[in-house]
Amino acid sequence: MTRIINKKLSPGIARILGLLPFGAVLILYVISSDIRLHENPNDKLLPSFGAMWSALSQLAFTPDVRTGNYLLWADTLSSLKRLALGMGISVALAIVFGIALGLIPYAAAIGNSFVAAVSLVPPLALLPILFIAFGLDELSKIVLIILGVAPYLIRELALRVEQMPYELLVKAQTMGASTFQIIVRIVLPQMLPRLLDGLRFSIGPAWLFLIAAEAIASTDGLGYRIFLVRRYLAMDIIIPYVAWIATLAFLMDLGLRVLSARLFPWTKASV
Amino acid sequence: MSQISIKNVWKEYGSATVLERLNFEIQSGEFCVLVGPSGCGKTTFLRLLLSMEPITRGEILIDGVPITAEPSRDRGIVFQRYSVFPHLTVLRNAMLGMDIAQSKFGGLLFGRKRASAREAATEMLGRVGLGHVLNHYPAQLSGGMQQRLAIAQALLCKPKILLLDEAFGALDPPTKSQIHALMLELWKDQGMTVFMVTHDLEEGFSLGTRVIEFGKVRRDPQAPGAFGATLVRDVDLTGKTQKQLRESLASWKQDTGSPSLVNAL
Repeated sequence: MTRIINKKLSPGIARILGLLPFGAVLILYVISSDIRLHENPNDKLLPSFGAMWSALSQLAFTPDVRTGNYLLWADTLSSLKRLALGMGISVALAIVFGIALGLIPYAAAIGNSFVAAVSLVPPLALLPILFIAFGLDELSKIVLIILGVAPYLIRELALRVEQMPYELLVKAQTMGASTFQIIVRIVLPQMLPRLLDGLRFSIGPAWLFLIAAEAIASTDGLGYRIFLVRRYLAMDIIIPYVAWIATLAFLMDLGLRVLSARLFPWTKASV
Repeated sequence: MSQISIKNVWKEYGSATVLERLNFEIQSGEFCVLVGPSGCGKTTFLRLLLSMEPITRGEILIDGVPITAEPSRDRGIVFQRYSVFPHLTVLRNAMLGMDIAQSKFGGLLFGRKRASAREAATEMLGRVGLGHVLNHYPAQLSGGMQQRLAIAQALLCKPKILLLDEAFGALDPPTKSQIHALMLELWKDQGMTVFMVTHDLEEGFSLGTRVIEFGKVRRDPQAPGAFGATLVRDVDLTGKTQKQLRESLASWKQDTGSPSLVNAL
């Protein structure tokens, strides 16, 4: 008998099997929702897909009576803006401090334990301090994302720089390269794909901190909306919003993956 | 064409002595091969020559001037692995030395300088047989091709001395003999001083004009780290015929009389 670890399957079947759990959850939801709605047509806990669609299209295609905005798109725009700023600044910090910590012994001596200590502080525990220090506006939300993501990116990048074969750095020096030339011609180009990988893994945490900040103090954003309508038990809005957030996160991941493959063909180059 | 003088060089790590009383000269234009078993301080000596590590006592001079405290452009190196930059194409790898030397700030050339660097790199890559893969990445090349690229890259920097650290050790025999022929051709052509470290005796005798060996002359069984290795054998091979070379190789192999062994008995 063939061992199960040796049983290979064709790509087509693999794809179908991959869709299986999604289908199972959908079917389970539809059945449960039907049962509950059959008992009580006003049940709010598991709304039908029709109800969710009409609630969502209300938010997406009808301007809000009070502000005149299309709420879904306005929320998406504010959330993505905060995410982009938070993650963008984190990447910039990671490039500067990650390379410094990984490459320059003096910087490592000064910074390593500090960055390690900072990354152990739960960012959410700092949220009250951020609100007090930076107010309830955009700044504190962006700072929260940075506090959550940047220490990880910095440590990850510093580690990768340290792991670079020492031979490469010696070789560059035998070509007469200065520290700055080594950074811009050798270290940075080799680290950018790693950085994009690190960024992909940070998408989840970044969303977590964004939604937490929006839930507590905000007037718009995807996280703000779902915590607002929670008061009315509006599952018909919450569930589509969560699905939309997951879709956005998936698209961000996909985008970074495609970007990495396009920009850095050498990482996948083989005969 | 440069001469290396090693003057009473010692290398110690804490209380352990690795190399001691090294005193010899490598003549200008020589192809000097350092052989010896692992643990005899070959690699340590190469690291000293490259300024990857500080010398404990003594000094190393190139053309009468002490070597700088960190690796520099006068000493080129080809390592066994990790000698080429994976994120650059073959052509860009070869151009890197000129990029760095001529563009002091960013290390990237533009315009006419770039064109002339490209031309020089292309010519050298043609010489080492990589003219058809200019736009490939190193990961797409075989091990032998990567080492040829590493040699081209080092030579384009026009070093005073070329150092080879087991550079051909990981290659299969046919590839190895091919690259040996290329190495000899380039060495004769450029008239440079080459210092090679290898554990492969045959390789040493087929390439070098001089073969030297490090070994321990003094040994204390109670304190293995007390004494270091020093120069124990030194054979000049210049002008020898193939037959004479084979004979010296045979006699070298027979003479296991590395003094350390005698002392141990």
